[in-house]
Amino acid sequence: MIDLITNGTPPALIFILGAILIPFFKGKLKSAYMLLLPLIAMAVLLSVPEGEYWHVGFLDYQLIFGRVDKLSRVFGYIFVLISFISTIYALNVKDDLQYVAGFCYAGGALGVTFAGDFFTLYIFWEIMAVASTFLILARRTSQSQKAAFRYILFHIVGGLFLLAGIIIQITKTGQITFGFMELQGIGAWLIFLGVAVNAAVPPLHPWLKDAYPEATIAGAVFLSAFTTKSAVYVMIRIFPGAEVLIWIGAFMTIYPIFFAEIENDMRRVLSYSLMNQVGFMLCGVGIGTQLALNGTVSHAFAHILYKALLFMSVGSVMHVTGKSKATDLGGMYKTMPLTCIFCLVGALSISAFPLTSGFISKSMIISASGHEQFFIIWLILQFASAGVIAHAGIKVPFFTFFGHDSGRRAHEPPANMMIAMGIAAFLCIFIGVCPQFLYNILPYSVDYVPYTGAHVVGQLQLLMFAVLAFYFLLKSGRYPAELRAINIDTDWFYRKPLTVLVNLMGKFLNGLNATMDLILVQKFTGSVNAFAKHATASTICFFLSFSPKKNETKDTSNTSASSRLETAFATGTTPIGIFAACAGLMIVVLYLLV
Amino acid sequence: MKQKELNTFDKPRNIKIMLGGFFVFLVVLLVLDYFISKHAYFPCEGAPQFFAAYGFVSCVVVITISKILRFFTKRDETYYD
Repeated sequence: MIDLITNGTPPALIFILGAILIPFFKGKLKSAYMLLLPLIAMAVLLSVPEGEYWHVGFLDYQLIFGRVDKLSRVFGYIFVLISFISTIYALNVKDDLQYVAGFCYAGGALGVTFAGDFFTLYIFWEIMAVASTFLILARRTSQSQKAAFRYILFHIVGGLFLLAGIIIQITKTGQITFGFMELQGIGAWLIFLGVAVNAAVPPLHPWLKDAYPEATIAGAVFLSAFTTKSAVYVMIRIFPGAEVLIWIGAFMTIYPIFFAEIENDMRRVLSYSLMNQVGFMLCGVGIGTQLALNGTVSHAFAHILYKALLFMSVGSVMHVTGKSKATDLGGMYKTMPLTCIFCLVGALSISAFPLTSGFISKSMIISASGHEQFFIIWLILQFASAGVIAHAGIKVPFFTFFGHDSGRRAHEPPANMMIAMGIAAFLCIFIGVCPQFLYNILPYSVDYVPYTGAHVVGQLQLLMFAVLAFYFLLKSGRYPAELRAINIDTDWFYRKPLTVLVNLMGKFLNGLNATMDLILVQKFTGSVNAFAKHATASTICFFLSFSPKKNETKDTSNTSASSRLETAFATGTTPIGIFAACAGLMIVVLYLLV
Repeated sequence: MKQKELNTFDKPRNIKIMLGGFFVFLVVLLVLDYFISKHAYFPCEGAPQFFAAYGFVSCVVVITISKILRFFTKRDETYYD
């Protein structure tokens, strides 16, 4: 505990304990307090040298709240930075639930990042799951309540996989600390599966595209940053070089782009696009070389910024119009030019245009696949890059701010939202123009030059000719029309057939319960009680029925005898009962006299 | 007070200029391809205009597959309600 104080408070606790006090502040003081929390966390991060800090005793183990090395530090920086930007974006929100949930969620992500042992990892993992659910619930619509319920169920299942894997692993090794692990054995696979749920690996992904678009406007910005990227961090920490991740990541880069292309809700398009970007990262983890891991970390860093920027810009449109669907939007640039520019910066960055952050990060992963001679993977990643510009690079800004004029004339969002978007947009370009600032904080030394003639021209050709294809398809009417419709994904299995199964099971089990209640509780137990109560009298009556009678008919004699016996047993006045009472009385008298 | 509105991208002349600039830029990229030294990982990467062709084809494939996918996945907005 002394360790907690001498080395400063862990960033996770600054966020989580700080979140509890948020409701006690009002007005500008509340805003100042909330902006101060990430600044304090950043100061701690900058001041603590590499090493292990913040040990806490738990049972026979030492929990490590602070494993500070280059890898955890860079994730710590970006998590704190995006918390700061997201907080600015959310300052106009008058809802403490969102603030507290947002800060606890960010604190959970920081806790996962600096966890040096499995227990700490699991605790913060679950804090993230619970806190993030409230960012969806806080929208307070029927849709969001249902989506939040499905979201938390999914994460509980994922968390249980993780917990089961952790228990097996600790039992096997006797150690609670974690690090690189071969993907062998049931324990490792369960941990992998638990982390894969949070990384939204298909087919375990539908919680993301289901829940994020139902979250509050500011909540979606928080959500876009932490869950998937902390899962990427854990993958880098535990499973670097796991070959299966190369193929999973490559598949993940292409699977969502088709859905994004035909999706109507812009925040759902961005959710699919988020999956696509995480696919690049997982592919980098699977390749596992220093270049690939540097690429993964830098891409996570850059992605958090531009994805938040895109969610912020679409969220701003939603804030002023109440709409987020392509069919309801269009022509918004006319009255929201600055928001439009911010969105375009985000779109250019995610498409990896030269001079933006995506270019200097994603290219490291693709180059790493080329360097290791993974030809098919390299082709898939290039294909997915062209796909990104089609859905996130063009579709999001085009159908929101340009395209057909929806006739809506909304003003720019509040100043705090504009400032947050401005900071994120600036950083997207700054990192793209001066990549060394990011490269210098990566886990391994960087010997990579993104701005070569071949690379810049090649990338521009890929992107611009993809734009040309988009233009021709749009012009010829072959581009999928904007439709008021949804698209089923793997969530269909648990939202339709599983619902029918649950209803059937409910009917069967409830019926079984009612039948058992009738038979066992109401009938059988009653019969046993009645038998226990009348057994002696009934048995004697049964035997008495065989004894001969003189003056009465058999039936009358039996009835009166049995009723007398019933009364006698009920009142304890049978000859045996009276005799037993006398014997008892005698014993008492003898006891008193002697 | 009437809100100030931009209409830069609604004027046909402006769109024409932008499209013209876009096509010129594409031509410049195609020409530049012959003047840069390539450090290709794979033989196809070094082929002339590989990325231009790959980008164009990829986008067409993505959008075509999406349209086919929609045929199977499209449902009414109230489908899950």
